[in-house]
Amino acid sequence: MISTLFLALLLGCGVDAPAPTAPTASAPTAAAKAPRTYAPVGLGSPATAEEIAAWDLDVSPSGEGLPAGSGTVSQGQALYAAQCMACHGVKGEGGVGPKLIGPDDAKTGFGDDPKIPKTMANWWPYATTAYDYIRRAMPQHAPGSLTPDQTYALTAYLLAENRVVGADFVADAKSLPAVKMPTTVKFVPDDRGSSTVVR
Amino acid sequence: MSGGPQTSRRGLLGLAAGVVGAVAAGRAAIAEDPPPAALPAVPEDATRVLGGGVTPRSDRSPFESPAVSPTGHVSGTAFSPLQDFTGTITPTDVQFQRHHGGIAQIDPTRYKLLLHGLVERPLTFTLAELKRFPHVTRAHFLECAGNGRKAYREPTPELTPQFIDGQLSNVEWTGVPLGQLLAEAGLKPAARWLLVEGGDASVLMRSLPIEKALDDCLIAFASNGEALRPAHGYPVRLVVPGWEANISIKWLRRIEAVESPAMAKDETVRYTDALPGDLARQFSFVMDTKSIITSPSHPMQLTPGMWTISGLAWTGRGRITKVEVSTDGGASLGLRPSSSAPSLPRRRRGLCCLGAGTAPPPP
Repeated sequence: MISTLFLALLLGCGVDAPAPTAPTASAPTAAAKAPRTYAPVGLGSPATAEEIAAWDLDVSPSGEGLPAGSGTVSQGQALYAAQCMACHGVKGEGGVGPKLIGPDDAKTGFGDDPKIPKTMANWWPYATTAYDYIRRAMPQHAPGSLTPDQTYALTAYLLAENRVVGADFVADAKSLPAVKMPTTVKFVPDDRGSSTVVR
Repeated sequence: MSGGPQTSRRGLLGLAAGVVGAVAAGRAAIAEDPPPAALPAVPEDATRVLGGGVTPRSDRSPFESPAVSPTGHVSGTAFSPLQDFTGTITPTDVQFQRHHGGIAQIDPTRYKLLLHGLVERPLTFTLAELKRFPHVTRAHFLECAGNGRKAYREPTPELTPQFIDGQLSNVEWTGVPLGQLLAEAGLKPAARWLLVEGGDASVLMRSLPIEKALDDCLIAFASNGEALRPAHGYPVRLVVPGWEANISIKWLRRIEAVESPAMAKDETVRYTDALPGDLARQFSFVMDTKSIITSPSHPMQLTPGMWTISGLAWTGRGRITKVEVSTDGGASLGLRPSSSAPSLPRRRRGLCCLGAGTAPPPP
């Protein structure tokens, strides 16, 4: 057992909390046991609504987390040229960054050919994921700099260029979760279990 | 997943099972030594010269230069030189690296971890507060989900262990059990997943099942006895033992308890496994059992006689309990790590190290 245990010291700070249950250094057993439980020790500060709002970036497939605003395909086209083309290529064919646009790429056979590019045209299961990722991480030279409208516009442009939506598509908090992605891939939970199947 | 944080599973065994490379005399003759690199100047006889003074930090011998091999500047992977290691713990400065938005630089006095969502008490923690919690020290390996992918698909004789399986490191972590922090905030029953997110330029986010979060995950602030280094998440990272390292979020900034996974880019577009039949396995977190012989390996040249076979075995599925080595291409197994190897079952989350040689010398 190479684990080292540090005992908690609750110095007289007026914390009315039960003493933490110290992890025991007993030998591991093969038998499954319930996760151990922990008691609060009274550390941390209440998070304010402002602190949460500033960092709570994620967008779910249901659209939860999408902000107000909207963007069109043509707005996205101009933004793409200014912000994305240097890394992702003139037509989204990829460069320093991965390929983004490939409406005519193979839509099946990924398991047999790992070289098939994975784009919104053949692989991405949710359009909302594009908004989430562009907002948090793109463009790489100025991550997090795009406004909600700009992020919607870029998402709309990429969906349209991949022929997922029409050229008149307007992306917003209502339209994005409703986009049906064209992937034929069925995403399934991990099925390896304790079998000899490996990833 | 079950078992308390002290449960030993998922280990990395440093294998040093000894064996002998039976090498045919003719073939083994060393071809041509590469031209020697300029060696550092040292005294002819160190007993005749006063040694050097003590410095604030001791460097390696100038004759030793293990190094990671970065494949890119900001992203890409820095492979760990497995062939240069003995034992099981990876030296901190040559652990593998994989970043998605470069290495974040963070002021520890302004660091804050936010825990919110389906909890009774949304909280923030400073670094100093995190260190006041009861904490534990445990060794866990971390391995990139894609480790070995290229080498296994397109093997060539020139591949070194570094480029075969070098997206692997084994480190002694110190941190607060994630379950302790969740208890502090009071997890609501509806919480089934945690969104875990970094404070780097990619704001990397993954979804972590609550069962694993309560099992053995750590909010780590130290590794190998010192503060994390920036390349490994300074000042605070998540450590998810035995699972693809992408979910062990570095520069950890936010944890949100939710009902369902976020379907983030790195759990839909990437880090999913395409299967025949247009299926894609998703949330396939657990790293499978693997092993590699790190010595002898390319580009070593063997001379006739005794050689020790060394290597590593590791698994995200439990502990390595036995290692067998074949010297005839797999026709027979049975060479076992010598008793001088580290006590394998006591190693956590497995890296096992092969030890001193016991087989008879070749005729």
